[in-house]
Amino acid sequence: MNLDFTSAEEAFRAEVHQFIKTGYPERIRGKSRGEFTGKEDFLAWHRALYKQGWIAPSWPKEYGGTGWSSTQKYIFSEECARADTPMVLPFGVAMVGPVIYTFASDEQKKEHLPKILSGDVWWCQGYSEPGSGSDLASLKTTAVREGDHYIVNGQKTWTTLAQYADWIFCLVRTDPKAKQQEGISFLLIDMKTPGVSVRPIITMDGAHEVNEVFLDNVNVPVKNLIGKENEGWTYAKFLLSHERAGIAGVARSKRGVEKLKKIAGTEQEGGKPLIEDKEFARNVAELEVDLLALEFTELRTLAGESRGRGPGPEASILKIRGTDIQQRLTELTLDAVSYYGFPYRPFAHDHMTNEYVPGPDYAAGAAQNYFLTRRTSIYGGSNEIQRNIIAKMVLGL
Amino acid sequence: MDFAFSEEQTLLRNSVQKFVQNGYSFDTRRAIVKSEMGWKRENWKQFAELGLLGAPFSEDEGGLGGGPIETMIIMEEFGRGLVVEPYLGTVVIAGGFLRHGGSKAQKEQLIPEIAEGKRVFAFAFAEPQGRYNLADLQVTAKKAGTGYTLNGHKAVVVGAPWADSLIVTARTGGGQRDEKGVSVFIVDKKAKGVGTRDYPTVDGLRASEVTFENVSIGADAVVGQLDNGLKLVEHVTDEGIAALSAEAIGAMKVLNDTTVEYCKTRKQFGVPIGKFQVLQHRMVDMFMNYEQSVSITYMVTLKLNESETERKKAASAAKVQIGKAGRFIGQNAVQLHGGMGMTDELNVGHYFKRLTMIDTMFGNVDHHLKRYASLG
Repeated sequence: MNLDFTSAEEAFRAEVHQFIKTGYPERIRGKSRGEFTGKEDFLAWHRALYKQGWIAPSWPKEYGGTGWSSTQKYIFSEECARADTPMVLPFGVAMVGPVIYTFASDEQKKEHLPKILSGDVWWCQGYSEPGSGSDLASLKTTAVREGDHYIVNGQKTWTTLAQYADWIFCLVRTDPKAKQQEGISFLLIDMKTPGVSVRPIITMDGAHEVNEVFLDNVNVPVKNLIGKENEGWTYAKFLLSHERAGIAGVARSKRGVEKLKKIAGTEQEGGKPLIEDKEFARNVAELEVDLLALEFTELRTLAGESRGRGPGPEASILKIRGTDIQQRLTELTLDAVSYYGFPYRPFAHDHMTNEYVPGPDYAAGAAQNYFLTRRTSIYGGSNEIQRNIIAKMVLGL
Repeated sequence: MDFAFSEEQTLLRNSVQKFVQNGYSFDTRRAIVKSEMGWKRENWKQFAELGLLGAPFSEDEGGLGGGPIETMIIMEEFGRGLVVEPYLGTVVIAGGFLRHGGSKAQKEQLIPEIAEGKRVFAFAFAEPQGRYNLADLQVTAKKAGTGYTLNGHKAVVVGAPWADSLIVTARTGGGQRDEKGVSVFIVDKKAKGVGTRDYPTVDGLRASEVTFENVSIGADAVVGQLDNGLKLVEHVTDEGIAALSAEAIGAMKVLNDTTVEYCKTRKQFGVPIGKFQVLQHRMVDMFMNYEQSVSITYMVTLKLNESETERKKAASAAKVQIGKAGRFIGQNAVQLHGGMGMTDELNVGHYFKRLTMIDTMFGNVDHHLKRYASLG
């Protein structure tokens, strides 16, 4: 056991650092995700990474991965967080991509993987339904086979950024008579197909990121089925465990703590920087200690993976603690900026003529970030569900 | 000892409840918040007709002769409806300054105007550098002839876009954070040199950044004692804290009831999710947080007229409890509603946002824990 980076790893860090410095897209420099105004803003960083060959570090090399060691991946994500790059959207690269290269036919791999890597096709996730959230396997969207097509009917919800999506990967019920988990299939649907429609959901922070997706007699070629009919639940679970592993967001939270300390070094409390306030300093220290423990839990998980073990049910720890920390971080940031966290920072879709947001830049949208981050303990399998997973799968209760 | 409400108080509650039920449905509120004005003058007129705007003033002054309990009742019911109209800034805060520090002339002119709904106030106390320290002031009022010249910048003045007049704290002497040298002024928003930039806040209210550039104010604009205004400011903000606590328990009650109801009806894994013990215990904790908050709101309301130290301790204790409980209840109401709790469409997020703002207003949990500890 040791914590040292080799000189090759240090050189790799310098290379990543240099690339971000020179290769970062101008169009989104200084913009946060909330300030993105369209599809190309979201894709700018993705495309830059693709050009560099770094868009999918976790993929096998044969499909376009980088062949990096887990240490290199760690260094990469750390450098990205440090530079505040936007997150690469997970739906293609982190979610449906691995399902496709693991379970799909060669033809499907050839059709979809290159466009996931290049960003030419934007994917969204058709999992949750109005009646099926935590109990995902109860989903009701049906796909009835007619010749070489499925006719799909139903409704998906909480579909992130579906307004930009070209394709959606959907869990659909293909055998209504089978036991819940056994009648589900994994289907890829072109969003341009007649019968697919998208309705926005505005979240309490004012953002439009999530949507409802309606599927009304949508004709889907059977060749868009991944793997075997009625075995979709296996693929769905595979995807969910991948989603959990990435969800800890350690590098981002470390960056968030740095920012918080900087804010608290600027904000004044009784004539001294807030960070010198005992109570506040203690709150920040507690958060840092939690984060440090999580960082090493993640490193242990990564080391396990590099020895050939997939992310096990332990990955639920990363999801629970990672999102706790993200939430606490936005809460403390709001505390730090006090009153200036409250002015509403408008989004492009608000079409407000008066876009005045007072106060220091670092305070703008602090309350909205705090509100939005409440979703992290709900999505990707709520933290209650993650605890159930640990109780059942790890502790055997 | 008696925690029962009088018949008049019950009637008052009923009339505010009726207003909220009939005139402040969630959809109506949404329309008000999204309107150009952001509040509704007709509601204000109705408050005047119902006697709400005169509630805490004595009958001699043109009010109804109510006290802290009446304010609590009104604010609690407003909290249930997430009423945005500036009752706190106008009746509780400006009214408080007039009641405790106003000159005879100020009272005679302004209290009837408040009670009749003719004048709306906002409280300009916070400054960009000051956080929760009410004495940390860079806004200055310098003696000029018989009056004063006001200069500086007040931050996030809630309700200022709707106000006719501002209650402004300013430094008339001493150093930036000295207790001595704080004075309180009434400033006409239309006075020359008063600048405002308006914006919406996340909880559906409106606020302004207010700047004063050589604003001339008369000697009669001072409320209370010159240079010794801090005691008055603390007294009035403590009353504001009591009122906010009442508003908060109104909001908490709605969140708890809504959450329990949702968990009884929302089915997953074939049963209502309220059957899961882990969620039951969470809702029990929410319930206990609410009950403790009601208790502390009664406590602070009943102690507002005690000695200065007792009153301060009571207000800080209330703000700590309300802040903590507001976070816990707000966060868990969202969590238990799942994705639906995150939406703008459902009322839950709106109550959560308001409770978050209440936690910050006049000092958050950390600030008031320290204040409480410092009072011995």
